[in-house]
Amino acid sequence: MKGLVFLLLAVPLWTAAQDAKKEIEKYQQMLGDGSPAELWELEGEALWKKPQGPNKASLEKCDLGLGAGKVAGAYARMPRWFKDTDKVQDLESRLLTCMTELQGRSLKDATARLFGNTDRPSEMEYLVSYIVGQSRGHKMAAPVSHPKERASYELGKKVFFYRAGNWDFSCASCHGEADKRIRMQDLPVLSEPAGAQKAYTTWPAYRVSNSQMKTMQWRINDCYRQMRFPEPEFASEATIALTHYLAVTAKGAPYRGPGTKR
Amino acid sequence: MAGAMKMRATLGSGYTDVRVLMTHPMTTAQSNQPLHFIQNITVKQNGKAVVEAQISQAISRNPVFTFRIKGGAKGDKIEVSWLDNKGETSSIEAAVA
Amino acid sequence: MNNLRRKLVGVAALLLLKPFAALAAAWNKDAFGAKTPQDALKGIGAGNPAPSNDLAIEAPQIAENGAVVPIEVSSAIAGTTAIAVIIEKNPFPLAAQFDFQNGALPYVKLNVKMNETSDVRAVAIAGGRQYTASKEIKVTIGGCGG
Repeated sequence: MKGLVFLLLAVPLWTAAQDAKKEIEKYQQMLGDGSPAELWELEGEALWKKPQGPNKASLEKCDLGLGAGKVAGAYARMPRWFKDTDKVQDLESRLLTCMTELQGRSLKDATARLFGNTDRPSEMEYLVSYIVGQSRGHKMAAPVSHPKERASYELGKKVFFYRAGNWDFSCASCHGEADKRIRMQDLPVLSEPAGAQKAYTTWPAYRVSNSQMKTMQWRINDCYRQMRFPEPEFASEATIALTHYLAVTAKGAPYRGPGTKR
Repeated sequence: MAGAMKMRATLGSGYTDVRVLMTHPMTTAQSNQPLHFIQNITVKQNGKAVVEAQISQAISRNPVFTFRIKGGAKGDKIEVSWLDNKGETSSIEAAVA
Repeated sequence: MNNLRRKLVGVAALLLLKPFAALAAAWNKDAFGAKTPQDALKGIGAGNPAPSNDLAIEAPQIAENGAVVPIEVSSAIAGTTAIAVIIEKNPFPLAAQFDFQNGALPYVKLNVKMNETSDVRAVAIAGGRQYTASKEIKVTIGGCGG
């Protein structure tokens, strides 16, 4: 009898939860169809072409992995190892390399204001939006052929499952088990292809709650804040490795361009 | 990025679809900032006004609108302009693709 | 460019801006300042609109964030010349009014701000009469990530 009562209560609750999920997906779909994110892509393109720094050079000769200035599809193949720096780099660290090497800007100057705010986005946010937009439709294909790429992927996997901080959390605490959510947000399982493909292809993203474009480096930084970890260094080896792990786990999914989220 | 706009005008089945994105704070009376929002928007097709909109601070920051105009043809000139409560304006023009 | 020419260009620019400002300056201050849905309706000349199934509101039932709620309104009522959007529980319910002419279809997709869960009301003005439809949209506050 108890079992029957439980079932009678559980079914409508489950149905309501599924309906809510469907309506939220509709919200996300309608939001993404014509998003302010496109304005960031436009501005990013202008900044990419703008001569800056002591060398009065634009970023148009920047090599994002496919050759100098080749932007189309480059983000979908990152993070990757770069010969000139002999490092695995994600998009944001590579942009810093080009700012310092091509434009002659100091690292201090280039990293002065990496995360913007509602009234004034950062240069990095604009540039990232433009570059990722140019990989729209391209299949995620972060390479693991070079030994350093292999090592980066393995380090990223370790980092994903590494428990530490005041709460003894790891990424897997929230993103390692199916059917979990925080309030109304479903938590994708990022250690599996399906989850990683769905989530990784929608970052960076325009957050409507504060009208800001949030990059992947920001996302990782904020996750660590939420886990009560110390703040990671911008584009640190660990954050790049973690990004690499996610990118490889998301392999094969078409990149959807800057996302639009709550 | 003051006033940056983006517009896409394409042909749908029997109509012209106009999608326009605007950069604007659209601040509300609830924030601590002075009111600053778009009040009027005009959409023109080949120089003739087709949509006149009056909007308010209840429209989201960085507004995005989609309008439809009956018929139309490739190459039609579409212009969208706005005027805000401070008298600032911006506009964009594109040909129907 | 010398100073005089610069001044003339400045004045000319002002003159070019003025015509648009003069044309589109009409803004229904009273209606936009109305604090109740009923006053907002009166302000746009639709004090007693008739419910209509031919006025469609396409919107999610749940908005993850009230700052940006996408809605799509389209009228199948013959002769529709205007569509207005009223968000009943907003401090100032009238959100926008669109006037259509010279072939514009009575259709609009827009992003609105919603203060809280509320009915979103569309009003269509057609052939001198007013029609209305409404839909409830729930506004949640989001979680941490995603």
